[in-house]
Amino acid sequence: MAERGLSVRVQQQAPIPLDVEFTCDPGDVLAIFGASGSGKTTILRSIAGLYRPAHASIRAGGHTWSNTAAGTFAPPHRRAVGVVFQEYALFPHLTAIGNVMTALGHRPSSERRSRAEKLLTLVHLSDHQDRRPQQLSGGERQRVALARALAREPAVLLLDEPFAAVDRTVRRRLQDEIDELRRTLDIPLVLITHDFDDVVRLATRLLILEKGKAIACGALADLTSRTDLPWLRDAVGLGSVFEARVVARDRQRGLLELAFEGGSLFAADRALEAGATVRLRIAARDVILATSEPQGLSLHNALPATVSAIAGDGGGDHVIVQLVVGGVRLLAEVTRDAITRLGLGVGAHVYALIKSVSIDVAGAEIS
Amino acid sequence: MDWTALRVSLWLGAGTIAILLPCGIWFGRLLAVHQFRGKVLVEALVTVPLVLPPTVLGFYLLVLFGARSPLGQAFQSLAGQTLPFSFEGLLLASAIANIPFVVQPIQRGFEAIPSDVRDAAACCGLTPWQRFARIEVPLAWPGILTAAILTFAHTLGEFGVVLMVGGNLPGETRTLSVAIYDRMQAFDDRSAGIMAATLLAIAVVTLMLTTTLSRRVGLRRG
Repeated sequence: MAERGLSVRVQQQAPIPLDVEFTCDPGDVLAIFGASGSGKTTILRSIAGLYRPAHASIRAGGHTWSNTAAGTFAPPHRRAVGVVFQEYALFPHLTAIGNVMTALGHRPSSERRSRAEKLLTLVHLSDHQDRRPQQLSGGERQRVALARALAREPAVLLLDEPFAAVDRTVRRRLQDEIDELRRTLDIPLVLITHDFDDVVRLATRLLILEKGKAIACGALADLTSRTDLPWLRDAVGLGSVFEARVVARDRQRGLLELAFEGGSLFAADRALEAGATVRLRIAARDVILATSEPQGLSLHNALPATVSAIAGDGGGDHVIVQLVVGGVRLLAEVTRDAITRLGLGVGAHVYALIKSVSIDVAGAEIS
Repeated sequence: MDWTALRVSLWLGAGTIAILLPCGIWFGRLLAVHQFRGKVLVEALVTVPLVLPPTVLGFYLLVLFGARSPLGQAFQSLAGQTLPFSFEGLLLASAIANIPFVVQPIQRGFEAIPSDVRDAAACCGLTPWQRFARIEVPLAWPGILTAAILTFAHTLGEFGVVLMVGGNLPGETRTLSVAIYDRMQAFDDRSAGIMAATLLAIAVVTLMLTTTLSRRVGLRRG
């Protein structure tokens, strides 16, 4: 782990059982994903120092924040932590700029106003700096909360369900903004969410939490292409997530040409710029397997692939097939019968057939 | 019109606020923020002066202040006079009688602050004292204001406790409400009428002030 990264280990039996250990490097976004009541927020509160688990060892930005074994505990106001709370928790009696300036106590008072103005400009709110929270929309409040969290010049940025209180379109825009921001920040980001859409769009690493226990933790592409995570299958359906680059936009044919480590793909047209990096999610249910390259289909994508693993789903009729396509792993969910009929085994060469419309492309659209 | 009585009444109201408000803010916040064993009992004890007949409260305060009590003896050796039937004794009695009027609105005021706003203040780097002064007090302000005004109004109107503990000494413990009673006993209806009208006017102005101020705070909050 990098010296400026975040390392967390929390354990306790009661009142809320917790057993989690992870690290997050600067520039990474670790998504803690789990159902409500799984202990996500408690972990976030432990990092911020708002909750004291029985056993904790938390280091960030080269400082020890918690170490129960050594009796070290830094209270929240001594931790360089930026938190965006679920309901934003803005100070209702202060204006937008007043909210941001409250978190600038570590700066000389002469600098605070200009620094707060810069941060509000960064989140596209310079026009609204004298408004109070109740005069702002949900998305605008979230931006103030984000600016306030960044004002602290935090060693770690924590986001607790940051999009739960805004509608779908605002959510997309905010996701894109945070994604853009994290590329320039160079600090670890921890994102708490129960919506896999946030994970697909923002996370680089994923921790799956169930009843306070981490059941899997790793790079997003690795975890989403694993066949042995029934919990993820039940919660959101399996589907691998990987990065791709926009090659060209063919508006006439309504297609978007994408290049990834295993070749090229066509997805339904979106207003994306050529050269942009995007995330793709291909649901396992949307991948069809064929032993030879099919002809005469409406399909755009037939990727040559090798079967790398086959896993049952614990007694059901479905089977999860893991495929290697160049440098990327895909998952296909097929029936047990299909495996027998096609005579598939590990090492078999197949074609993965994917409809262009079933590729979920996550990236910032050109406005 | 008994101007001296009006002066005693106003001084008593202002003094009670001055003594009680800082204690009330500390204690009301304590009850709002902390959970502890026996909190229900403490809350009940705080409310007791509200439900006791003023004469009962006055009786117990006299016992507490009396020459045989440690408090009474301590005061007498320090001030050279007895606590009952003095302005100081009356002030102390008034402060005790007004505890529920101060603690409850302030407690509600602090309780109304969402806990994540408190947490956000800590995560903004504010020390506990800065959080209190810059976030909590401004947000609990409507409750604090209500407490101050209720106390003032209630002190002006208090009769039973004043008569029991303070008696009716002009310039010392004779408040306007006691003076009205005094004038009525002497069949001086005119003076009683003027003083009653004065108290009524003060009450109406106080309430108007509260409404205006709380509306202004409300506008600020939206």
